[in-house]
Amino acid sequence: MLDIKSISKTFNPGTVNAKTAVSGLSLHLDSGDFVTIIGSNGAGKSTLFNAIAGAFYVDEGNILLDGKDITFVPEHKRSRYIGRLFQDPMGGTAPGMTIEENLALSYLRASKGGNPFTRISKKDKEIFREKLRLLDMGLEDRMTQPVGLLSGGQRQALTLLMATMVTPKLLLLDEHTAALDPGTAEKVLRLTREIVEKDHITCMMITHNMHQALEMGNRTFLMENGNVVLDVRGEERDHLTVEDLLRRFREGTGHDLDNDRILLSKS
Amino acid sequence: MLYISQTALELGFLYALVAMALFLSYRILDIADLTTDGCFVFGAAVSVTMAAAGHPYLAIPAAMAAGASAGFVTAFLQTRLGVPSILAGIVTNTGLYTVNLMVMGWSSNVSLLKTDTIFSLFEDTGIGGKWSDVILSGGIVIAVGVLLLLFLGTRIGLSIRATGNNIRMVRSSSINPTVTITIGLCISNAMTALSGAMVGQYQNTADINGGTGIVVIGLACLIIGETVLGRRTVKKGVIAAVIGSMIYRFIYAIVLYTKVVPVQGLKLITAIVVGAAIAFPTIKSWVLFQKRKYAVRRKGEN
Repeated sequence: MLDIKSISKTFNPGTVNAKTAVSGLSLHLDSGDFVTIIGSNGAGKSTLFNAIAGAFYVDEGNILLDGKDITFVPEHKRSRYIGRLFQDPMGGTAPGMTIEENLALSYLRASKGGNPFTRISKKDKEIFREKLRLLDMGLEDRMTQPVGLLSGGQRQALTLLMATMVTPKLLLLDEHTAALDPGTAEKVLRLTREIVEKDHITCMMITHNMHQALEMGNRTFLMENGNVVLDVRGEERDHLTVEDLLRRFREGTGHDLDNDRILLSKS
Repeated sequence: MLYISQTALELGFLYALVAMALFLSYRILDIADLTTDGCFVFGAAVSVTMAAAGHPYLAIPAAMAAGASAGFVTAFLQTRLGVPSILAGIVTNTGLYTVNLMVMGWSSNVSLLKTDTIFSLFEDTGIGGKWSDVILSGGIVIAVGVLLLLFLGTRIGLSIRATGNNIRMVRSSSINPTVTITIGLCISNAMTALSGAMVGQYQNTADINGGTGIVVIGLACLIIGETVLGRRTVKKGVIAAVIGSMIYRFIYAIVLYTKVVPVQGLKLITAIVVGAAIAFPTIKSWVLFQKRKYAVRRKGEN
């Protein structure tokens, strides 16, 4: 499914600010894998996502998706089959456009080829209404309202819907519930799980919540210094507790997991 | 008085497309496109030169194509070559000065003497009598407005709107901002040139300085229209451009007629109106902040 072969990325190379964010990272995801990723601040989690999504090109190595080399495919082309959610709920939707128009954008663009002059049809609107009903937020009755009027949680749920409107090959979730209040975060997380399971989407999720990391998905990565230092799955993962994970991390890297948000949410 | 309002109506329609073009570039794409001034003259120059050569109809699409090419240059500079958007417009605008002179046969103005124009030909059909100019220009503006609205509802139109609305979202979605900005600027500049083309044939002349300040006037029209209509939806925005242009030309006509302000002073007033209108939200929040500060200070004294 997703094959990453020893990729490296250094920012500001040759300057005093040079920072190797990812170094020689390799990983393999099977179709239908749901990986949760945790790691210290600056461990390279978001850089890994940016590399996969194509926000920049890697300095070394290759990225293959479904056997196709996408290392030098530009971001806007990759996003036809890679869906992405950011921590900032405002990032994924256009506030000045209506709910309907936002959905249409993700729906029309991801449908293959097609005429650029296609308009939103009655049938499309029915599909949107059906999908919005799944969110259970009453958005199906507000389709002609601008997205700017929605709350952060509603916008993030909408973004999730947009990213999965046309089933992506890979879904990247970068702490997509971190900026939401606990109740809304829970709801968006539940939706994420439902949608990912229903469509069998291969998914990677960065989180700072250790319980969430073990509870969701079927694999967990621990990242440190621009690499994956721990990859647990299967039976081993089923019996793993947060304490075990922290211990394993200490054994693997020689120091404690250092992420201010993880520390704050440990209790 | 009737004559004045008729002229105002005609000019209102003729210049409305500039306001509509700015609605597309400034409001929707969020780019201050300073190509506008030169592009307007470009449209007029191409249109008048071609009408003089006996092709008043062909002159219109030719002028629009010319405008679109000017928009393409500006878009190319900013999307592909990394020139900041305002500077890209200024660079194109400066270059257009020479191009416009070239189009007019290295002369600073061209006039049409006893040649057919779209307006004289339309008048000959007898439709509308002495209102024929209003009907023709109004018809063109309404047609362009409807087409623009239809276009903005299509897949590519929605992508253009998203580009100006949330560039972060666009970068991580399958929209290529280079393409959407280029298409948007080509269309907006084609509309500006169409306005210039109509004005040129209407006035039977094209002048190298005919476009000076047109971008600010267009913005003024748009802002006036938005103040009247509000700017919630795209439809309202397009209508606001037309209505605003009408109101502006009426005010202009009244000033000309009553001479409350010397005509030479009008550009200054326009500039002040635009500056103040765009600054309004900032000034408003500053005033509110000062009020709050004052209230807190007073409380502290008690």
